[in-house]
Amino acid sequence: MKNLIENLNKIFDNRIRLGIMSALMANQDISFNELKELMQVTDGNLASHLKPLEESGYVNVQKGFIGKKTNTTYSASPAGISAFKSHLSALEEMIRSTK
Amino acid sequence: MESRFFHYFVFQSAFSMSAKTQPLETLQDIKQMMERSSRFISLSGLSGVAAGCCALVGAWFAYDIIYGSDRSYSTGHNRYKGDYGTDLTTGNEISLSEFMGNRLFQIAVLTFLAALILAFLFTYLRSKKTNTPLWGNQAKRLMFNVAIPMIVGGIYLWKMVQEGIFGLIAPGCLIFYGLALVNAGKYTLKEVRYLGFGQIILGLINLWNIGYGIHFWALGFGVLHIVYGILMWWKYERS
Repeated sequence: MKNLIENLNKIFDNRIRLGIMSALMANQDISFNELKELMQVTDGNLASHLKPLEESGYVNVQKGFIGKKTNTTYSASPAGISAFKSHLSALEEMIRSTK
Repeated sequence: MESRFFHYFVFQSAFSMSAKTQPLETLQDIKQMMERSSRFISLSGLSGVAAGCCALVGAWFAYDIIYGSDRSYSTGHNRYKGDYGTDLTTGNEISLSEFMGNRLFQIAVLTFLAALILAFLFTYLRSKKTNTPLWGNQAKRLMFNVAIPMIVGGIYLWKMVQEGIFGLIAPGCLIFYGLALVNAGKYTLKEVRYLGFGQIILGLINLWNIGYGIHFWALGFGVLHIVYGILMWWKYERS
């Protein structure tokens, strides 16, 4: 059991970070405001959870403008996709082992 | 010392909790977030039921005009007919303005609008309940993909009206609407696909039963919508 837990990615052990990554897996890109609505969190909370995802290279950031407003969109990077997939298989393994 | 022990204990229990009991819940969370972010899930089953009821009422009025015992349709229709001597049920040439003024066409437009407004209302209420934005990216994607077959179908049927091929309009509506729903299944509740298949099959059968268009309309736009709506309501909204 202990080994199986070690296979889990620490970055994804938070509900919001996991949610962000799940949403990015299912979509090409998502804007900051849409993520906020999906997760139902505040600006600051979302930003603080996006940061570790950005820093670990799991998420790509594209900064743009709609009119004068900034429009930042996020997408899953190849590294993020593979990290998420191995996290999923680790979860799967854990479920299998408890059966 | 005591607080350190306490911290350690909390950390331990939280950790082992998340490890032992949560993988399944975590996977469910992931699945839910992927669905929520990519599909328009607020579509209410009651919208389907309401649209189906509108269609049945509309079909009832239309049936009365086409088959009414007092033949009020033929006399009423003469007003639009002028000297051309054409009739929708016999399907000869007809001008576009005549068609627009036709009672059947007016009923169809009214029915469509009523169904659309009611469908929107129930879906709006549901989006309030599930706390999902009504007009987000998911809704836009859904609308865009529904609009493609609908607009193409609309133009095609419009041309058919101009050519006076009225017999193919009812099956055409069912088929194009069915295609739109099959397409929609990728962007909202996936069961919409099956409603789409039902409409397409009805439309295709209707192609070999020209003249029974109103019956197929009532079946497709009325009965199928209601059955679908009840099933969806039962599956997702019953609480």
